[in-house]
Amino acid sequence: MDLGYTTEQDAFRTMVRAFLSEKLPASIAEKTRLGKRLSKADMETWHSILNEKGWLAPNWPKAYGGAEWDVVQRQIFEEEACFAHAPRVVPFGLTMLAPVLMKYGTEAQRQKFLPRILTGEDWWCQGYSEPGAGSDLAALKTRAVLDGDHYVVNGQKTWTTLGQHANWIFCLVRTNTEVKKQEGISFLLIDMKTPGVVVRPITLIDGDAEVNEVFFDNVRVPVENLVGEQDKGWTYAKYLLTHERTNIAGVGFSDAALRTLKHVAANTIAGGKPLSRNPHFAARVAQAEIDLMAMRTTNLRVVSAAAKGQAPGAESSMLKIKGTLLRQELTALLRRAAGPDAMPYLPDYLEGGDNADSMGPEHAPAAAPGYFNMRKLSIFGGSNEIQRTIISKAILDL
Amino acid sequence: MDFNLSEERRMLRDMLQRLLSERYSHDARRKLLASGAAYDTEILSELADLGILGAMFSEADNGFGGTGFDIAVVFEELGRSGVIEPVLAVAVLGGALIAQLGTDTQRHLIDQIISGQTVIALAHSEPGARYDIGDVSSLAVAEGDDIVINGAKTHVINGAQADHLIVSARMDTEIVLFLVSKDTRGLSIVNHANVDGTSGARLQMTDLRVSKAQQLGGHGTAITALNATMARAILAVSAEALGAMEAAKDLTVTYLKERRQFGMPIGKFQVLQHRMADVLIEIEQARSAVINLAGHLDAEPKLRDLHVSATKNLIGRVGALVAEEAIQLHGGIGMTDEYALSHFARRLTMIDHMFGDVDYHIERFIQLSSA
Repeated sequence: MDLGYTTEQDAFRTMVRAFLSEKLPASIAEKTRLGKRLSKADMETWHSILNEKGWLAPNWPKAYGGAEWDVVQRQIFEEEACFAHAPRVVPFGLTMLAPVLMKYGTEAQRQKFLPRILTGEDWWCQGYSEPGAGSDLAALKTRAVLDGDHYVVNGQKTWTTLGQHANWIFCLVRTNTEVKKQEGISFLLIDMKTPGVVVRPITLIDGDAEVNEVFFDNVRVPVENLVGEQDKGWTYAKYLLTHERTNIAGVGFSDAALRTLKHVAANTIAGGKPLSRNPHFAARVAQAEIDLMAMRTTNLRVVSAAAKGQAPGAESSMLKIKGTLLRQELTALLRRAAGPDAMPYLPDYLEGGDNADSMGPEHAPAAAPGYFNMRKLSIFGGSNEIQRTIISKAILDL
Repeated sequence: MDFNLSEERRMLRDMLQRLLSERYSHDARRKLLASGAAYDTEILSELADLGILGAMFSEADNGFGGTGFDIAVVFEELGRSGVIEPVLAVAVLGGALIAQLGTDTQRHLIDQIISGQTVIALAHSEPGARYDIGDVSSLAVAEGDDIVINGAKTHVINGAQADHLIVSARMDTEIVLFLVSKDTRGLSIVNHANVDGTSGARLQMTDLRVSKAQQLGGHGTAITALNATMARAILAVSAEALGAMEAAKDLTVTYLKERRQFGMPIGKFQVLQHRMADVLIEIEQARSAVINLAGHLDAEPKLRDLHVSATKNLIGRVGALVAEEAIQLHGGIGMTDEYALSHFARRLTMIDHMFGDVDYHIERFIQLSSA
């Protein structure tokens, strides 16, 4: 047992911290700190700063322009980035699609698409869920029929996060209806400028529209945009999901949220004393902190096992459940800390305006929208119920 | 013991249910809010015509109800339909204060309130005061026959839609209330939407000049009346939350039966059945808490306030559970603005931010029960 970091790891952390303090634009950090909405330009700016340093793709091999960090380095970067209020890196191209292309794509696909993910020329989104296929993803119905050297795609995807910014979508489509549902799925790359693709935003409970419906009406997709073999897409989809679940614990996010919460609680007077001295409130904050301290170690135990060559399997389900519940609890506490000031809905402020006339503390306007938005954590990426089923089957053998 | 509603209240509930089922729809409510309106004035006058506002006042105040069970019956139905019309501001907050404290002249407003012709709002909360109703720093100073008020108010429910406002201020260390018209010079009011679709306002009083005749109640009466009014308002929003919980439950049970994944309705999965069963148990607890408070609304203040805090604490806890579980059991669809559930979830969540949250009321309950 050794709970410490190596000298090299400590030096790496120092380097990361210095980079963030020098390069992270203050205006973007401020938006992230206050839970304001980031524009497409904000996200692209941060991506290009990271790419310039060679740190945009920590998980990619150097040969493709990645940083090729090990899992502990990635963990350190996540923690420091969250600590500095850096926005999260949009994962769809970088951590979801790219590993699939590296493992199952053609050389031509890798040459064409990987560099454009780094430069930001392409913004990818994920076409997995459908209205009738959520937790039961393999029930998807979007149809792709081969017609000469094109697939003709018809159907609908939903919950497509940041699809409004995207120009490419990777999709699971049904290419065979005669076989078991998992065996008739293919993995297609679709240019969203192709005629017949329509994106419709979905306004959510927080008043924002970060997810979309994507409709396909006789969309012609060249066969060279098929990844791997036809009807083998489920294998690639599952491989992608294992990458979707890296950093699933969100320890860095929880660290940052806890720090914000403690700051707010110490500076909010309730009943004549700081909220941090209210025993009922303080007990919940302390319990969240204690859970986070343990989860940091749980997370490191899992990722360091993976570092020695063992893939994190069902253990990532454990991290997903505990990590998302903790993040949700922290947003619930921040909302509660805002008191009555959580009530006003101030979209201008959330879109980047100032707080001059809200007459509430700076964290209050985003407290309720942030709480509502984070309800998604236990729903997406395989709901927490699905994760519990994975644990019962794969670890408990029930 | 009799846990059945009286014949009159059952009729009141049935009439209100009929009006709301015919006239109130989620789509219309969404369209209205998207248009920037705070509420539908026609609906408010239909509610008044039906006697809903009158039911919040006793016969002595020209109404025909005014008890805890009248408030509970009405607000449960308002909550079940997601009603945003200002019944709380007008007939519970503003109306109750005038009924308790008003002079004969001031009490003329009650008839206008009951008939839906006048909207009145209570401007009491101040920035930074959170849930402490004694935390008032706006200042009222006598100047000859007039009184001059300076200060800021926040979270004024329907403040920008009101014709009259009741403002509180500190005068010679005592909290005093004044009844002022919205057009009075020195009063500036800024409207904002709330997260749950209701409307609030911020209010600035700059050398707001009122006459002594505009004072509502004598010196030393305001805090007692405010406490009694808060008890009524907390009963109202607790019953409203109960209605919203029932609506969220109904939507979720229907969804569990209809939504199919893995070849069967998801309601066939035992884990979801058990969670829904827990939600049902907690909603029944919430109903009992509302009944407890309704039955003690006119009890002596200490006993009343013990029930106020017990009920508001329990409603806050159950409200969060119901909102979170209903969304989770729905999945993504439960988070969409287009679907009614997200609106019930927002209202349930925000009710915990009104008149004291679970932490505030558990602390108050401990103080009251150990005193």
